[in-house]
This record gives sequence, C-alpha cells and structure tokens, in this order.
Amino acid sequence: MNAPRSDAAAARDARPESFPRAAPAALANQQVRANIRHATTTIRRKRAGVVAEVPDWELLRIAGSAIKDEALASLDSVLVELEESVRAAGGAVHWARDAAEANEIVVGLIRAEGVDEVVKVKSLATDEIRLNEALEGAGIRPIETDLAELIVQLAGERPSHLLVPAIHKNRREIRDLFSDRFGLPGLTDEPVELAEAARLHLREAFLRSRVAISGANFAAADTGTICVIESEGNGRMCTTLPEVLITVMGIEKAIPRFRDLEVFLQLLPRSSTGERMNPYTSLWTGVRDGDGPQRFHLVLLDAGRTRVLADPAGRPALRCIRCSACINVCPVYRQTGGHAYHSPYAGPIGAILAPQLAGETGAVASLPFASSLCGACYDVCPVLIDIPSILVHERGKVVAHERPGVEGRSLKLLGKAFATRAGYERAQRLGRSLQRPVARDGWITHFPPGPLGAWGRSRDLPAFPAQTFREWWESRDQRT
Amino acid sequence: MVERVALFVTCLADTLYPDVGKATVTVLERLGIEVVFPGEQTCCGQMHGNSGYPGEAVALARRFVDVFDGFDAIVTPSGSCAAQVREHFGDLLDGNDRGVPARTWELSQFLTGVLAREDVGSTFEGTVAYHPTCHSLRLLRVGDAPLRLLQAVPGVELVELPDAEECCGFGGTFAVKNADVSAAMLDEKIAAITASGAECVCACDSSCLMHIGGGLRRRGIAVRPVHLAEILAS
Repeated sequence: MNAPRSDAAAARDARPESFPRAAPAALANQQVRANIRHATTTIRRKRAGVVAEVPDWELLRIAGSAIKDEALASLDSVLVELEESVRAAGGAVHWARDAAEANEIVVGLIRAEGVDEVVKVKSLATDEIRLNEALEGAGIRPIETDLAELIVQLAGERPSHLLVPAIHKNRREIRDLFSDRFGLPGLTDEPVELAEAARLHLREAFLRSRVAISGANFAAADTGTICVIESEGNGRMCTTLPEVLITVMGIEKAIPRFRDLEVFLQLLPRSSTGERMNPYTSLWTGVRDGDGPQRFHLVLLDAGRTRVLADPAGRPALRCIRCSACINVCPVYRQTGGHAYHSPYAGPIGAILAPQLAGETGAVASLPFASSLCGACYDVCPVLIDIPSILVHERGKVVAHERPGVEGRSLKLLGKAFATRAGYERAQRLGRSLQRPVARDGWITHFPPGPLGAWGRSRDLPAFPAQTFREWWESRDQRT
Repeated sequence: MVERVALFVTCLADTLYPDVGKATVTVLERLGIEVVFPGEQTCCGQMHGNSGYPGEAVALARRFVDVFDGFDAIVTPSGSCAAQVREHFGDLLDGNDRGVPARTWELSQFLTGVLAREDVGSTFEGTVAYHPTCHSLRLLRVGDAPLRLLQAVPGVELVELPDAEECCGFGGTFAVKNADVSAAMLDEKIAAITASGAECVCACDSSCLMHIGGGLRRRGIAVRPVHLAEILAS
C-alpha cells in the first residue's frame, strides 16, 4: 500500500528552489489555485464570524501572546520543569539538537519495540524533520492517519497547508487516488464514501499498530500534560489504542501551566478551522496502568529554535500556535499555495519561521521577500505576531549576508542620493533624461531586462512628467 | 486650530505625480490653511526600510525629522509614507524622533481628524471605486475617513469594489522581486475594479495607483486611477 516512487515524489525531493522560481509553476496550475481560493475563502469567512462573537477576543490575543512570551523568556527552566513532570508521571524525555538526532531517537525507540509499522497523528514537527523518510529508510512504515495527511502520503506529495495539508486536491482527485491505492474501482467522489474508504483502511491500522507517533499543540510544564487538538478523532485513536506513544515536539510548544490552556483552547479553534470548539482535544499525562499506552516518550526538538530565541526581533515567531489564520488571509499564499515555499511552514508564518530555523541560508532565504507586506496576517494572528515587521527584519538579515544584485546596488545608490537635497534633485533630473528616448504619450511600455523588465511584464510605467512637484512649487513661489 | 502645515509630498508624487502634490495644496489652501513646502525634504525611507536596508532607512528617517521638526503639522498624500513615519520612525530612531511622527498626518486623517472636515468644497462627476490601500488600512488605520470625504463630494457616485481590502500586489520591491505573484494579485484587483463598473479607481497612495494604473493601461482598460487628493481638489 506504500505509495510507489512517482514523479511527484521525485519532484518533492529535488533541490528546493527560491520562491520566485517556484511560483510560476504554482501559478500555472489553475486547478490548484481554484481549490485554494475556494478553501481559504471559506475558512477565513468562518473564522471572521466566530471571532466576532467573542467580546474579549483582543484580550485573549494579548493573554495568549503574554503567556507564550513568558514561556519563551524562561524556556530553560520551563523545559526542565516539563521534563521532571513527564518523568514523574511515568514518561521518558529525550532531547534532540536537530532533525537527524530526533529521527535517530525515534527510530531507536521503534526498533526497541521490535515493530516495523507505526501510526501517526498529524504533526508539523515530524514533517519538518522529515521523519517519515527516516522511518522508511530504517524499514519502518509510517501510516499517516489524519485524512488529509493520508491523502498527501498516498499521493507521494508534501502537505501544502499547515492545517489542511491536501488543500490543493479536490474530491475527484482524491477519489482517483483512493480508488487506485485501496483497490476500490466503484468508489464515487461523495465525501461520505471517501471518508468511509479511509476509515476502513485506517481502522485496520489502528488495531494492528503497537506504536504511535504524535506531535503536540501544547505541553504544560507544571503537570507534564501533552495536548493534541484535532477534528477527526484519528489522533485520539493513535494516542489511546497503541501500547507505545512517542511525541515529537518543538521546544517552543511548552507552556508554563496547565491552566494556560484555557486561553489557547479558545484562540486556536476559532482561528484555525473557524470553529467555536474543535471536535477532539486529547490530553495525557505520562502513563496509567491498564489505560492507554503503557510507554510514553517525549522527544524535545530544538532544530534551530534556540537560534530564533536568541534574536529578540525574530523571537515572537516562536509564539505561533500553528492555527494557519495568517495563511488563509495571505494574498500571496492565495495565488501560489504552499508548495512554492518548499517548507512545511508556508504562508506568512512560514516566510518568517522557515528562514529563521535554517539560519537565513538556501532557498528559504527568499521567503521573507515573498510578501507585499499587506499586513492581513498580523490582523488575524491570535498571538499578535507582528509578521510584517519580522519579515522586514529577516529581509535585513538576508541582505546583510548576500552579495548585492541590481536591486541592492540601486537601493544603495538611491540611499546616497536621497541623503542630500542636491543628490535627490540630481537623481530626479537623471531619471527624466534617461527615460526620454523610451517614453511615449506619458508612458513607458518597453523595458530593459532586470527589475524594470520584471515590472514591465504585466504593467506599464508612467513617464516622468516635464516638471516635478518641487519645480512647480518654485515657479509658483516666484509668481506670487 | 492648525493654520499652517508643512507638505511632505513624497518622493514618488514629487517625481512622477506632481498633480497629486498640487491637488493636496489646492485642498488645504481652500480650507484656509497655509502650506509650506520645505525644499530640503527627500524621502521617508520606506522603500529602504521595507527592502532590508535599515541603515539607509535610519539615515532618511533622521533627515526627515531634521527637516520637519519645526512644524506643528506635517501633511502627506500617502498612507504608506505616513505609516512609515508614524509607525516605524520610533523604532528606527530609538525614540529620538522629537515628536515628529505624532505630528505627521495622512491627508484624509488630517482633514477628518485634525480639521474635523468632511465637505471640503469639491465637486466631481463620475462613478468611483475606492481601494483602501494596505498600509492606510491596516498600519495607519485611516478607517472610513477617505470614504467619508468622498461621500461628501457632490457628483461622486461611490460603487462597491468587491474584495476591496485585498492587496493590489504592489508591495514596493515585491512587485519586481516576485513579479509573477504580484501580477497575479494585480489581475484579481483589476478584475474586481472592472466588475465594479466604476469609471475611476481612487486610493490614498500614489504607489498603489501607479501599480493599478500601469496594469489597467497594459490591459487596455479605460478605468482612470485617481488619487483622493485629486478628487477633493476638483
């Protein structure tokens, strides 16, 4: 039943491209764009409706960001407290510096149980570290149990949205996939039938598998309680049926106190799925005799998070509770979908988180520029992450690393020119004389290659008028 | 009561859209305000700040404060430049902004907020779709100030712009660094403008209007981009 190696899988593993290079392929796929437009429009409308119902929403946002900031400011002690609480409740805690270490720990734990198959709860942290590939490499078969993650896994693709991983696929495509992979030629694209097909496939896996892997939405340091929020109940199956449960969580998911959940359980479902309450909230604290998994392992993942923590201007990105509200309102994501980001963290939050986790190098260094800074993301963020400001901060870090191109050199020159009145006015006169040969009827319609050419692919540019405002002002002054 | 203002015309309007600057002067003078134009002004540094060049942005912010420090009110026909001054100068200058940001006003905010005027004695003929630019809407929070001004103009027939609050795709250097995505966003905005049936698309930022207007012209669509100041000055 494992997905055969397909072209999609090959593409998925290819060297990631920068966002502007990846975007044209995404833009050319009208089907995916239509699916994404439809899905994000629906979710954002639902979100706006249920958020408007909460009279103290703004106070909740402030509380959520304050709790997260408190946890981040004292993360060293919060994590040690979490470790002690989990151990006291009968769980084991493992610390992983990076993806490779985390994968090694998880593979080791599964091997120790002597199994070659695990069921998985939807988890971004395990997407981030590419745990499934590490498991497959070790001869262990991971079975995604979140319906959308299952669809993506069966198709040999990567998720394209934090919360709705298969947002790029429609019912017909899912029917074809299930029909092929499950051997159900008569399957229709009715949601009820599709869900039933997935249910039969997954129920067998739940009953068969002895080990489950999950992520975590929150982990309360004072009690050692892990919290997973989901809609389908398949996560609940994973956290209760198998004998062994392994939870991989980024260290920024720790919150100081169990009672802090009160705030986040209000913020998260309304922001993410636009629901007043999510259908399943699973909470577990270590292990309990005869009830649920008998062995529990918590893997604490750094993978760049302490680097983010060290930068006060970028740090608020670690408040993120992965609701995806920012993604659903983002006009850039709306055009491209998630795959162009080449990171499990797409959209505005991905554009600030992915480069910070990776140290602003490689293809993800293009992500902070993949925004028009329209600010819609900040308006909806339940933990008040000023995403536009962090985007700008990250741009500065990338620019400082890179050799300046045409744009960089032009901005440096303009910066120098604008430092004095004489330089500024000289630049105005220079611009006017340079454009004279190409301007027609007050417009420029043909452009040289480079940044101007990029503008000119879809837009004309007004020509410099005969007189600047300041020239007019001076002439007027002389008249009066 | 403010009787004298300094005009910050913006580098873009100064260079490419002098009519927007002239219109701003016309409106303010019609209301009995004395307008001063400090010739030392250049640019607020937004382009540098937003593109990842904080050093240049700080230098230009410092220059702006030096040039405009002596005025009780500074008025600018740009939501995004006003937002750069009001929302970002404090951080860029570590608070050493001599109170200039708090005295800097986008035109519609100045007219409705400081002068408490909505009818500024204009007349205009035509159907108008108002596009709330991102920085005027979400950073500066001008709210419905531009709409109230437009509603008070005899002859302006406001028509609804579908998904008005969506970005037009300009975003400064975004329009060239991510030109394909920017163009796709512009396509949606232009489709909305066309669907509105308006003769004019109006906004508080020359930069967004340059983007929308350049797109309209390339596509041969006869909708006229017009700055709020130009309608108010007519």
